[in-house]
Amino acid sequence: MSEMTDKPLIVAGKEYQSRLIIGSGKYKDFQENLAALDASAAEIITVAIRRVNLGQDANEPSLLDVISPDKYTILPNTAGCYNADDAVRTCRMARELLDGHKLVKLEVLGDQKTLYPNVTETLAAAETLVADGFDVMVYTSDDPLVAKRLEEIGCVAVMPLGAPIGSGLGIRNPYNIRMILENATVPIIVDAGVGTASDASIAMELGCDGVLMNTAIAEAGNPVLMASAMKKAVQAGREAFLAGRMPRRLYASASSPIDGTFF
Amino acid sequence: MLNVTVNATEHQLPDQTALQQLLEQLAVGSGRIAVEINGEIVPRSQFATHQLADGDKIEIVQAIGGG
Repeated sequence: MSEMTDKPLIVAGKEYQSRLIIGSGKYKDFQENLAALDASAAEIITVAIRRVNLGQDANEPSLLDVISPDKYTILPNTAGCYNADDAVRTCRMARELLDGHKLVKLEVLGDQKTLYPNVTETLAAAETLVADGFDVMVYTSDDPLVAKRLEEIGCVAVMPLGAPIGSGLGIRNPYNIRMILENATVPIIVDAGVGTASDASIAMELGCDGVLMNTAIAEAGNPVLMASAMKKAVQAGREAFLAGRMPRRLYASASSPIDGTFF
Repeated sequence: MLNVTVNATEHQLPDQTALQQLLEQLAVGSGRIAVEINGEIVPRSQFATHQLADGDKIEIVQAIGGG
């Protein structure tokens, strides 16, 4: 099987060739963000919704002037929300400013130190948003039961963390991710925790449908080069998953035949 | 006069001010923004006709970098 025979990632009925989703936070400037976006080949990019700075120069370009919603799928997030009401409000504002765009990344946080999801508020917000017609990609813990419940509510993708947001600790509980994958009928996308390219490959080798990351690229020494590395890591991990890995063995298994030795 | 709050800052406006006039005054009228007044979103199509009222709490938001 060649890479060309892989199916596209489908989220809310839309096909994506890239299985990498990147963020737009923590970059030096918009140009660096755009260069990283191009190097990553990502088609979906997250944004945050915040108050307009009323003192700002009206002629200064805004993020969406540089990263065009005509070219990329903009994924507004609810980062910074600690309850369902704020998250729902943020999504409605996002939908208005993006001309009715329904795709959102729901994240309701529980604690500033861990940025772990507040699962009860996340479930409540997901119910409201799905009923209101949103296509909800939801950040959650790596609890398989909660992941399934979010799918049942009608979320279009479930996005368990690999490790805390911005921690770069990698996929800390691959067994939970596997359990989530076994039960899932919507895309499972690891969101948060990736630190370097091998972490992204591990997520994809587990069978995840995609990986979402921000800090691993934005805080790299060379963000554009790391974006390129992440593109390859996601592709490599995906191909390895599709290829099917060899079994693990405790002891060696010779690669050269025993027969025909002359010594 | 109308006393309104815009993004947590107090503003005084003449009576009969439409939302669009406020946005132009704040130099944010041309950007990709969303506006909420007292918790309710005002669609862009209504910016020109929506009259502000004394005590309105107005939030004007945009998309910025984030994960």
